[in-house]
Amino acid sequence: MTTMLDEKKYTANLPASELPEGGVWTEAGSSLMRKTGDWKVEQPVWDKAKCISCFTCWAYCPDSCMQIENGRMAGIDLEHCKGCGICANVCPPKVSAIKMEKAR
Amino acid sequence: MATLKELATTQAEKFVGGHTSCAGCGYPNIFRLTLAAIKDPVVVVGATGCCEVNTSIFPYTSWKAPFLHNAFENSAATCSGVEAAYYSMVKSGKLAANNTRFIAFGGDGGTYDIGLQSLSGALERGHDMLYICYDNGAYMNTGIQRSGATPRYANTTTAPVGKVVPGKMQKKKDLAKIMVGHNVPYVAQTIAGNWKDLTNKVEKATAIRGPKFIVVLAACPLGWQTKTQDTVRLTQLAVESCFWPLYEVENGKYKLNDNPEAKGKKIPVADWLKMQGRFKHLFKPGGEKLLAEIQAEVDKDWNDLKALCEFHSKQE
Repeated sequence: MTTMLDEKKYTANLPASELPEGGVWTEAGSSLMRKTGDWKVEQPVWDKAKCISCFTCWAYCPDSCMQIENGRMAGIDLEHCKGCGICANVCPPKVSAIKMEKAR
Repeated sequence: MATLKELATTQAEKFVGGHTSCAGCGYPNIFRLTLAAIKDPVVVVGATGCCEVNTSIFPYTSWKAPFLHNAFENSAATCSGVEAAYYSMVKSGKLAANNTRFIAFGGDGGTYDIGLQSLSGALERGHDMLYICYDNGAYMNTGIQRSGATPRYANTTTAPVGKVVPGKMQKKKDLAKIMVGHNVPYVAQTIAGNWKDLTNKVEKATAIRGPKFIVVLAACPLGWQTKTQDTVRLTQLAVESCFWPLYEVENGKYKLNDNPEAKGKKIPVADWLKMQGRFKHLFKPGGEKLLAEIQAEVDKDWNDLKALCEFHSKQE
């Protein structure tokens, strides 16, 4: 799951005078602040009823958007999804729980 | 060997989204699967390339594992230095040993060409590290310039297709074989589109002490001029066409991990090439000769590899 970030503390939001020396990052995984989801033309729509939680889409998503809760698929993080369509393509044909639609 | 569910649920991801790779990029899932397959603490070193410019633009980072970037040519040397410092500090009692694993990631430019000498040195010195090369067959990050990994007759900006020259004239380097020549305990070739083969090889490599090398084929929708959703399928077809066989070399012994020919699944290499815009000139009139040339080359390499694997399997 995408964790909620305390954005005020992030290096990106600090004034120049408070930036850490040497260009070190003070937080791990801060790229989650960058909402790459607005790049997309098409977006994946996940059908919970059809999904068998095989995690194939998880394995191949380049943007770590497949969300897992309690060992089951729980949804798609559209804030960072770039709409490449890999998940819909690798979803087993007999299952086809993910369809690509025009992004809203 | 872990199942996909175990990989997905055992630990929090050490490589997160929000990086700036193109939609449908082939390499981020290599990082994700590699880090998911290793349960021990890891230190990651990245060579310059898409990996570094996409995932670590200050002040953002996609890494939740310690990540270090130095320069294009010395990711292997940097990783070997970190490894040597760690073992030295453990030995002198400054650090408690926690089975830390050291991984260097480099693209094909930073491995086949620019970083080859530092990689060769690190492997020869016998550092306990794993070098993973994600090979997308050109300098994609700077605008698709040819590299030592670009296949013959591919169109790139520095080896463009014209009336006289049909793209890159030279053959792709066989990097895995060069690495085998270093007499390291483990060398493997795999693809980004086969999670099982990739994670098995990473698990196997991390269990071994000493220098390890894995080269992973990853598609690049921008450079290969392919559809973003085909990224995974493309690398699988590279295996089925025998252009990029899955094999591993343990202590100098070759072993095939997948034999599409024996399964009756071998496809002509043209089926793989025609999905890619960088080879579209081969499918115009006059391209038949070049296609036949590529097919003959792929068949020869495949038969050589098969013979080598057969020879080694009989030795045991």
